[in-house]
Amino acid sequence: MAITPPPERIWWNLPVARSEIVWIIVAFLWGLVMFSGMVYWHLEGEQNLSNEAYRITPEAYLEKATAMVEQYQVREDAGMPVVHPPPGSDVYLVARLWQWWPIIEFEKGQSYRLHLSSMDWLHGFSLQPVNINLEVHPGYDMVVTITPTDSGEFGVVCNEFCGIGHHQMIGKILVTE
Amino acid sequence: MSTFNHRVCPATGLRIHKSAENLIKANAFVAIVFLAVGGLFGLLVALTRWPGVHILPADWFYLSLTAHGLDVLLVWIIFFEMAVMYFASAVLLNSRLAAPRWAWTAFILMLVGAVITNVAVLQGNSSVMFTSYVPMQAAPNFYLGLILFAVGALIGCFVFFGTLVVARDEKTYEGSIPLVTFGAMVAAIIAVFTIASGAIILVPTWLWSLGLIGNIDSLMYKTIWWAMGHSSQQINVAAHVSIWYLVAAVVLGAKPLSEKVSRGAFLLYIFFLQLASAHHLLVDPGISSEWKIFNTSYAMYLAVLGSMIHGMTVPGSIEAAQRARGFTKGLFGWLRNAPWGNPAFSAMFISLITFGFLGGISGVVMGVEQINLIIHNTIYVPGHFHATVVLGTTLAFMAATYLLVPLIFQRELIMKKMAMWQPYIFGLGVTGISVFMMGAGTLGVPRRHWDISGADSIIKFDFPGAAYLMMGLNGMFAILATLGGIMFVLIIVGSLLFGKKTGDEPLKGLTMETATEYGSMEHPKIPGTLVLVGVFFVTFILYYFVNWKYLAEVWPLR
Repeated sequence: MAITPPPERIWWNLPVARSEIVWIIVAFLWGLVMFSGMVYWHLEGEQNLSNEAYRITPEAYLEKATAMVEQYQVREDAGMPVVHPPPGSDVYLVARLWQWWPIIEFEKGQSYRLHLSSMDWLHGFSLQPVNINLEVHPGYDMVVTITPTDSGEFGVVCNEFCGIGHHQMIGKILVTE
Repeated sequence: MSTFNHRVCPATGLRIHKSAENLIKANAFVAIVFLAVGGLFGLLVALTRWPGVHILPADWFYLSLTAHGLDVLLVWIIFFEMAVMYFASAVLLNSRLAAPRWAWTAFILMLVGAVITNVAVLQGNSSVMFTSYVPMQAAPNFYLGLILFAVGALIGCFVFFGTLVVARDEKTYEGSIPLVTFGAMVAAIIAVFTIASGAIILVPTWLWSLGLIGNIDSLMYKTIWWAMGHSSQQINVAAHVSIWYLVAAVVLGAKPLSEKVSRGAFLLYIFFLQLASAHHLLVDPGISSEWKIFNTSYAMYLAVLGSMIHGMTVPGSIEAAQRARGFTKGLFGWLRNAPWGNPAFSAMFISLITFGFLGGISGVVMGVEQINLIIHNTIYVPGHFHATVVLGTTLAFMAATYLLVPLIFQRELIMKKMAMWQPYIFGLGVTGISVFMMGAGTLGVPRRHWDISGADSIIKFDFPGAAYLMMGLNGMFAILATLGGIMFVLIIVGSLLFGKKTGDEPLKGLTMETATEYGSMEHPKIPGTLVLVGVFFVTFILYYFVNWKYLAEVWPLR
């Protein structure tokens, strides 16, 4: 029994049931399939992180973001600048207590180098209803090359707890045809 | 050999030493108290996240969520694991406990630590969640309490190891240690790794909160914190799998299909489970995909292999034992005739099934490097771990408690009818919690979030109606789970206070006879288990590929 010592001291020499061996082989092979799945997706899939990231101070990051806003601002919405950067450019989204700054306007089907960094605590970039979720750290500038394939208005919900105003932290990304 | 201060258990013939017995009682009792406290915080959290009820204000919500995580995920589980370790060493090996004074020191340190951290949380300046990610800062006592708790737990682990040595030296058993003790040893080894990681990250964080250290890198913190945070869940897995074997043995006289396979599967846990820190870093900046893929898959899913093996050998051993007792009709006659009215068995079997189907499959799928993009930090994540930690671990610990009450506390259960229903009510409630949180997560609902309607924010985002519906259903099932939890606490505490003393009569409902002949050792007849395993495997494959399909539909990114 499982609560008494095994019938032989060297349990490694005890016999193994055939059904167990079959299941171990099947489960092991399934593990290899799942492992290969991740590698395969890097070769053939379209949703992968490049893991491109740089160390940066919050001040330096904010400076870059402010410069981008000055250059590409097209209007204001809800007291926040709306930027329309050219396709292929570097776009800086600032995460801070408790807002995503600024509002970004993309063009459908175009690619952008989207930068994410926090000015203070951890934040969670959760693009809805697309449902892409990324972790945003202070001191790290993460770059993802993103290609919107739907047009319309999208929410950026914060999904990493960041204090008492966490639930107010909603931003906006617009995608034009 | 110590011959004083022990009694002989009438059911098992094992010598039970007073020192071990008292420590098991104390640890299990405190565990249940914290389960009650943490569970009620959980109810408040679920009721707040039910949009139509929304019971707590924001500050109390975040405070309650922090307390809920700490009290049930950490305090309840680790205290109970101490009881399991002392039981699996001293009681099952027929031995005295090594260094009972140290074990009491461990107990007191853990209790004091848990109280200090709870007080810090209730004071309101430490609503930083269970994970306490820097640079968000809690009060120094928040970290100090956790450190004391961890030191206590570490001492407890060494008392366990010491007891193994004592039992071996004093020859209180023949041959190798039993499988359940082996599993508890695996849990203890993982616990040492876990606590070491905890010390490496929490001690500097405590010094930082006191102003003695200037800066702690957020990514470094998160990496090492999860070497503790996820590994501690692996202690739970090793402990609750051991309890599956324990319950099957005590209630049905089941023995492992083969010792080698079951123990080999436990060994896989030691080697590979700890890599899972990576599960929490899949969408974080600055970490290479090679590192992520290797670690998130526990080196090609070798720890998952361990769990899949137990998922077959545990029901397989039950089927073999039942068939040996004459329940041979059809594929599932053994299952239909299982002791479903015995709460120890039903709790254990619900734990086994839900841990595999809900917790296991969802965990592997969301741990796929790329699929994590559509799941990370959504409420899918708590949906997953309520299936592993509440259905898997907590329900297994409840099953163990139903055995400890007569065996260790020497009391008969009171309110037997209620006890019969309790695992089903609790199991159904938590299954609902898990399923609906996972469902809401696929719609993007964030975890740890006071108000998804965005009523207070300048920019709005509307979640679909189905998300609101599922958060409401989550709240309703949380009420059901709470009812099951209250029943458990009432039954156990009531039995300890008012249950009939069992004395020296043999216990009813516990068969301690070993099942002997059920097919040959090489070919045990377990066709029903093979069908169950087949259903599990097909579910796993389908769910895995469905999620790749979901991923393929989101915006391309690289």
